[in-house]
Amino acid sequence: MAATGAGTPAADGPARSRRGAVALRQISKSFGRQSVLEQISLDIAPGEFLTILGPSGCGKSTLLRIIAGLEVQDAGSIAIDGQPVDHLRPAARVIAMVFQSYALYPHLSVLDNIAMPLRLSRLNLLQRLPGVRYLHPGTRRVATEITQAARQVAGILRIEDLLARKPRQLSGGQKQRVALGRAMVREPRVFLMDEPLSNLDAELRVHMRSEIAQLHRRLGTTCIYVTHDQAEAMTMSDRIVVMMQGVALQVAPPKAIYEDPSDLRVARFVGSPAINVLPGTVAAGSGIDVLGARLPLAVGLPVGTHVTVAARPQALSLTARPAGPSLTGRLVHIENLGSDLFLHAGIEGVAAPVVVRHDPALANMPGLGDMIAIALAAGRMLVFDGQGRRLTFEPEAAAARHVHA
Amino acid sequence: MPDSGELPATKAVRAPPRRRGHGAVAAVLAGPALALIVLFLIGPLACVALLSLTDYQLGAATLNFVGGKNYAEMLSDRVFQKSLTNTLIYVAITVPGSVLLGLGAALLIEADKSLRAFYRAIYFLPVMATLIAMSIVWELMLHPQFGIVNQVVKTLGFARVDWLQNQSIVLFTLCGIGIWQSLGFNMVLFMAGLTSIPKDLYEAAAVDGADLAIDRFRLVTWPMLGPVTLFVIVISAIRSFQVFDTVQVLTKGGPNKASEVLLYTMYSEGFEFFRSGYASAVTMVFLLFVLGLSAFKVFVLDKRVHYA
Repeated sequence: MAATGAGTPAADGPARSRRGAVALRQISKSFGRQSVLEQISLDIAPGEFLTILGPSGCGKSTLLRIIAGLEVQDAGSIAIDGQPVDHLRPAARVIAMVFQSYALYPHLSVLDNIAMPLRLSRLNLLQRLPGVRYLHPGTRRVATEITQAARQVAGILRIEDLLARKPRQLSGGQKQRVALGRAMVREPRVFLMDEPLSNLDAELRVHMRSEIAQLHRRLGTTCIYVTHDQAEAMTMSDRIVVMMQGVALQVAPPKAIYEDPSDLRVARFVGSPAINVLPGTVAAGSGIDVLGARLPLAVGLPVGTHVTVAARPQALSLTARPAGPSLTGRLVHIENLGSDLFLHAGIEGVAAPVVVRHDPALANMPGLGDMIAIALAAGRMLVFDGQGRRLTFEPEAAAARHVHA
Repeated sequence: MPDSGELPATKAVRAPPRRRGHGAVAAVLAGPALALIVLFLIGPLACVALLSLTDYQLGAATLNFVGGKNYAEMLSDRVFQKSLTNTLIYVAITVPGSVLLGLGAALLIEADKSLRAFYRAIYFLPVMATLIAMSIVWELMLHPQFGIVNQVVKTLGFARVDWLQNQSIVLFTLCGIGIWQSLGFNMVLFMAGLTSIPKDLYEAAAVDGADLAIDRFRLVTWPMLGPVTLFVIVISAIRSFQVFDTVQVLTKGGPNKASEVLLYTMYSEGFEFFRSGYASAVTMVFLLFVLGLSAFKVFVLDKRVHYA
């Protein structure tokens, strides 16, 4: 696969990674009275793979469409490589977009679909009339170059055998590749992808996920990728923007989004099984009371303030003789995923069962209905205030616990 | 090899009983519809076909089988030849006229959201109005002395035109009325077609660099309207072959057969001269054209314009 790409126009390495910096400054947009985007500011580095992750209706597609120029923002500005593009038409922004529906031209062959952006940019209206290329040598030369470029892109995507087919004769995965090819052929500064994998079946989605990531590594083109699927976001991105209700809650690498969420909504949205959310109260003497257990965490809030303590299933563990803070509950359900066991424990005071990750290799396996004790590793707890903002611990209180960077 | 020999054999043994059961049920279920088709479509058609081989006259007690005599007569009948030519000219002008203007009107109305329903209703009025009544209105408007059309022509400084009395103009006048009448119908079909084009395709075209309206039309609108356009053309052609109302009210085929058309010939032969046999033969020619158009649509064009 690497051999086909050598020397192709779409893969000439270092020079390309200099371009494709996207800067969004306070982009706002509302449809009627409904505010869709509120003051979104982002800096996307050249060559970065940035994913905009959020539930449907959070405004992520609208943001992408504003970057593409298909929608006009109410306020704010967009610059690509330092130049404002707000006044430019989509094509003049030198970006390419892959649509959820692929949006291939159904009457054109795969080759014509891929070649279309080049034909529209390199040939004028007269030269594009059918038959002109046979009469005018200059047009013929450009047309041949365009066909070669389209073939090269098809080679990279391994769809050379499909060039004569019409979109209706292609499978979902093949259509996806043609859509990618049409985006690649212009050598855009930025790829914009709007849920490109959501129309594929689960198996193909996983496959295309790695293929797009590989393609991105190889081309080095900036990529802004919109999805509601956290697995896509976690596996493909350099950085993730988590958006909800038109607000960018957190912008960070996948690891930080998962381990170090700055907002309770981010913590809840990312992670499967979902994070455990427990009610807590700030107690006297630098600690937090959680359902009767005392966590030695000093968050610097007045005694009696209500906080939320969140714990990933792997931050909890079964314990036979609780030494530190722990909760007791009845085992109501066991999810066996082979590599992991998830124990669901019903605990008084919380509506949803608390999920604990358990290593299937360990011997101390409780049975359904048993009372189990769950140890809370204080240093691995995430604490949020009443507005869902992340609270940091006082260092001395957490110093004894193991804290990740 | 024995394996590959087995497979078709088992298939062949298993399939027929099921298929036979299917056939019986299918025949029973399709029966009523089939009976009605025979009774109301195929039957009368066969009667007309048989009648066209006789010298039957409306109201006569007897009839004689004359073979192809009616058809032979048609070949030498100047009126029929004039009628056929006029009809073909009428179709050749009305179809492209009403299809292109209908498409243009649809594109214009769809281009701007304001007053869309109003324009649509205005353009659709002629389709809903009774053509006989509208023909009388046209007769008044086209009156050589007092009609509003000639008043306008005179005001603009041109000589009056005998729209319905001039042999070389009358057919084109009827074409104009035909276009006016079917434009709205075509427009509504095109508008339905336009709204069903996925927005994504226009957006993809915009990202790909189709900045000119003509590019978007060539790349998205026109190909995606293919199925609708085909339907509109065939329907318009069939409707144009059926032109009768305007001729009957405005010209009666005149002057000097200059506006004689197939259905009018059929009508006057059958119900004015009572030559039912000959009128049936004319009807068969008319049906041949309409059937030919339908067959063309079904067997040739349908396969080339559908993408899904």
